[in-house]
Amino acid sequence: MTLELEKVSRAVHGVPHISDVSLRLERGSLNVLLGATLSGKTSLMRLMAGLDAPSSGRVLADGRDVTGLSVKKRSVAMVYQQFINYPALSVYENIASPLRVAGLPRAEIEARVVEAARLLKLEPYLQRRPLEMSGGQQQRCAIARALVKRADLVLLDEPLANLDYKLREELREELPRIFASTGAVFVYATTEPTEALLLGGNTATLREGALTQFGPTAGVYRHPHDLATARVFSDPPLNVLRATKVGGRVRLASGDAIAAAGAFADVPDGAYTIGVRAHHLRVEDGAAYDAPPSDGSEFRLRASVSVAEITGSETFLHMVAAGEGADASALIALLPGIRTYEPGAAVDVVFDPGHILLFDAAGARAGRVLDVAA
Amino acid sequence: MASITLDHLAHAYRPDPRGPQDYQLKEINHVWRQGGAYALLGPSGCGKTTLLNIISGLVTPTTGRILFDGRDVTHLPTEARNIAQVFQFPVVYDTMTVRENLAFPLKNRHVPRADIVRRVEEIASRLDLSAVLDRKAQNLTADAKQKISLGRGLVRSDVAAILFDEPLTVIDPHLKWQLRSSLKELHRALDLTMIYVTHDQTEALTFADTVVVMHDGSVVQTGSPEELFLRPAHTFVGHFIGSPGMNVLPAEVRGRTAYIEGIAIALPSAYPALPPGARIELGVRPEFAELTRAGTGVPVKVRRIDDLGRTRIARIEIAGHAAAATVPEGLSIEGDAAGLKLEPGQIHIYADGARVAGEGGA
Amino acid sequence: MEKPINNRAWLLVAPVFLIVAFSAIVPIMTVVNYSVQDTFGNNQFFWNGLGWFQELLDPSTELGGRFFAALWRNLAFSAIILAIEVPLGILVALSMPREGWKVAATLVVMALPLLIPWNVVGTIWQVFARADIGLLGYGLNWLGIDYNYTGDTLSAWITIVVMDVWHWTSLVALLCYAGLKSIPDAYYQAARIDGASRWAIFTTIQLPKMKRVLLIAVLLRFMDSFMIYTEPFVLTGGGPGNATTFLSIDLVKLALGQFDLGKAAAMSLVYNLIVLAVCWVFYTVMTHAGQDYDGNRRPQEETPA
Repeated sequence: MTLELEKVSRAVHGVPHISDVSLRLERGSLNVLLGATLSGKTSLMRLMAGLDAPSSGRVLADGRDVTGLSVKKRSVAMVYQQFINYPALSVYENIASPLRVAGLPRAEIEARVVEAARLLKLEPYLQRRPLEMSGGQQQRCAIARALVKRADLVLLDEPLANLDYKLREELREELPRIFASTGAVFVYATTEPTEALLLGGNTATLREGALTQFGPTAGVYRHPHDLATARVFSDPPLNVLRATKVGGRVRLASGDAIAAAGAFADVPDGAYTIGVRAHHLRVEDGAAYDAPPSDGSEFRLRASVSVAEITGSETFLHMVAAGEGADASALIALLPGIRTYEPGAAVDVVFDPGHILLFDAAGARAGRVLDVAA
Repeated sequence: MASITLDHLAHAYRPDPRGPQDYQLKEINHVWRQGGAYALLGPSGCGKTTLLNIISGLVTPTTGRILFDGRDVTHLPTEARNIAQVFQFPVVYDTMTVRENLAFPLKNRHVPRADIVRRVEEIASRLDLSAVLDRKAQNLTADAKQKISLGRGLVRSDVAAILFDEPLTVIDPHLKWQLRSSLKELHRALDLTMIYVTHDQTEALTFADTVVVMHDGSVVQTGSPEELFLRPAHTFVGHFIGSPGMNVLPAEVRGRTAYIEGIAIALPSAYPALPPGARIELGVRPEFAELTRAGTGVPVKVRRIDDLGRTRIARIEIAGHAAAATVPEGLSIEGDAAGLKLEPGQIHIYADGARVAGEGGA
Repeated sequence: MEKPINNRAWLLVAPVFLIVAFSAIVPIMTVVNYSVQDTFGNNQFFWNGLGWFQELLDPSTELGGRFFAALWRNLAFSAIILAIEVPLGILVALSMPREGWKVAATLVVMALPLLIPWNVVGTIWQVFARADIGLLGYGLNWLGIDYNYTGDTLSAWITIVVMDVWHWTSLVALLCYAGLKSIPDAYYQAARIDGASRWAIFTTIQLPKMKRVLLIAVLLRFMDSFMIYTEPFVLTGGGPGNATTFLSIDLVKLALGQFDLGKAAAMSLVYNLIVLAVCWVFYTVMTHAGQDYDGNRRPQEETPA
């Protein structure tokens, strides 16, 4: 099945929950809905499932209008954040339950349950009750139940959010393989950019009920069309700086002017917003800084350290940029190795113009789309 | 202000524990220094919440004592211990304003009015809550509510330790960064003992100076984030910390060489003291295992390459055993054959899960 | 754009409309019809306009006098039983066990009075409280307390109030218990850490979290007690004198005893309007309280458990 949303909106008591979303999800594809809490992920899934009807717009399945058709008449399966299983039934019976409802023959049920259990590594637990297993296994059981139906559309609403970090990692690695083995349209909601990248497929970024971008996951990550998308798709949060281009030179609010290079090379004069991801910032000792190279090979600005977070192999350095406005003053750099800094230490933050995401004053992507390496 | 000492502490939920299998928390001796930032890290069911509840006084341990600054508090109730706690789900008093919430613990302790006002203002400005002081607490976002919970602990001048029970569970990723760094700044500014319980390694490692890793009711390693990363004392620590975790491969060690199913890997030192009959494993983190062109280094089979944006991780097989490795920038692999280069100083040998120190290292 | 509109849905709803029409609208219209007419029997009716209503709402007339007397009796009764049952119910709920086998046992015992039919409750108390043979009545008199619900107004009132408290406090307690059970343990732990007293825990955590169920309990108990009929009818028949003649009893006396259909119809309409008005006030308060609860939250998405 292909699922298509055409200018779908939904408002409840005049409050818009989903605004003008158009999406086309192909057969056999994995689609990630990425957005913060309350950005409309669940609302959009409910519209796709047919649990809610849109206030305007159409929902098409294989080109057929299914707007307003109830969820019972659609081929949909859902997996939720909470592990939802029948506590009194064994894992086998849990997985078999949608097939029993559908009245499939015994042998067919048996075959399908065993297959789903094998895919989700549940074979040793088929006779257990869900509550006798770990959270990860309970969620595997719920996913198996969703898959066994062979529904055309499988919706997963933050399925790993309630799991331990390591279990999450494990399942996350397996899921793309599991999904690939069926022909359904998968929709997977998450708040975490890393999860989207690990799952691959396509990503739709959502903000305040509106779709900001849709495309192959790595493409959306590397070439966000606007500032909102870039922010949603950055973890650690995107570093945002303001810059002005005047006559071939670019000046940061808190740094020196350099020759316009990279994305800045062929945009008109004016005010711009720069987005830089944490791993593209380098940090140098404030004292080492003398005269800036003005050839445009790097941006350089002064900042003071607020906190250094050490993960064992890397350091997240939280800084405050000098001279920036209050809303854009916090910076985070991800530095390799263990770097200790005293709070308040003066540092130079350096980054390559080739690594920036450039946006105009309205937040739309500006300049040539450069292939930002990683 | 206090240091907290756990003295031969153990706990079983059964009233009549027979063997070690009945203990949810096996004997533990530990001193939480005054002013330290600690994390208690482990998977669900490892006993970390039980330990937290013993410290806060909700659970009385089966054996052993707990001391605050040398004073035995094992049988004191929660309210008689000078601790504060931030829970997984935000706890605020719905009917009160933020100001009243913050003042609540002081009012209950009959602190003079003027002191309450001063203290609440002070803590509110520290937590960036000044602007919402007169709003109803229940209408705020989850991260603001967590700050209020924390603030109710901080307003008390007598508070010795603050316990955090997975406090970022319901916070959005972007706000986690802010909240985490403000926690760290607070810790530095206030010189309080903080104990942070979590299953999330990033939270534990970034927050704490000392991380206590727990597994199956016992502490498997205590150390700085750096130590846990570079010298995991147990294969469990190697696996649990790091994303992906350490590669652990069955091996045989002879002299300065390890053999994985016959594939030789040079070791930086010798291991003459390996216990006979023990299960020997080689551990190396993906960060120190770099994929190279086929024909160089250890021969491996590439199953998949994950693009994580800033890095690429290769899922590989070494002699049939699954492992992960980093893919250096610019390297492209054709087919599924590749080589693996290991950083010699970062290879560890484990006997029955425990790290064995090498001898005569270079 | 086409929206699927299915007119068959109306057919499915039609039987409900019919039933409601015959069970509610037709009888009410009959009552409205009676209320604007006078009759001397023989099925002869005369147009009386709003005459009955004017008389009813004027306390100086005979009809108005007895209406207001019964109304105040009703209001006083409701106020008394709410003042007793709500705090008592909360107290019972607070002292109920929170886990173990005792929970089930307590719930069963609590539910018992709720299962007894109204008229049986009346009969039980009528016998139980009799001064000559009833255990309670005899016992009280034996103790030297002058107690006789058939002759003494105060005794009659006390008996009816105690009977209602015995019958219905369980309902309030069970509702409050459900409200209390929904409070996560973390709240109690936090309160202990904050050094809150038992009273502070009650006012800052338990009472706010019980607010919604309490409103429901108050509404249910008010409506029920305001329309009380069976128990006092069985117990005292409205006496001694008119001391326990509530609106519903008076209505029956008027309609079936004296066969003053017009007056009774007017009275029942006003009675009905009062009930509706109170209902509406409670509904408004309750929905407002609900908004208060979720006011700042868009109702659609991820709500952390």
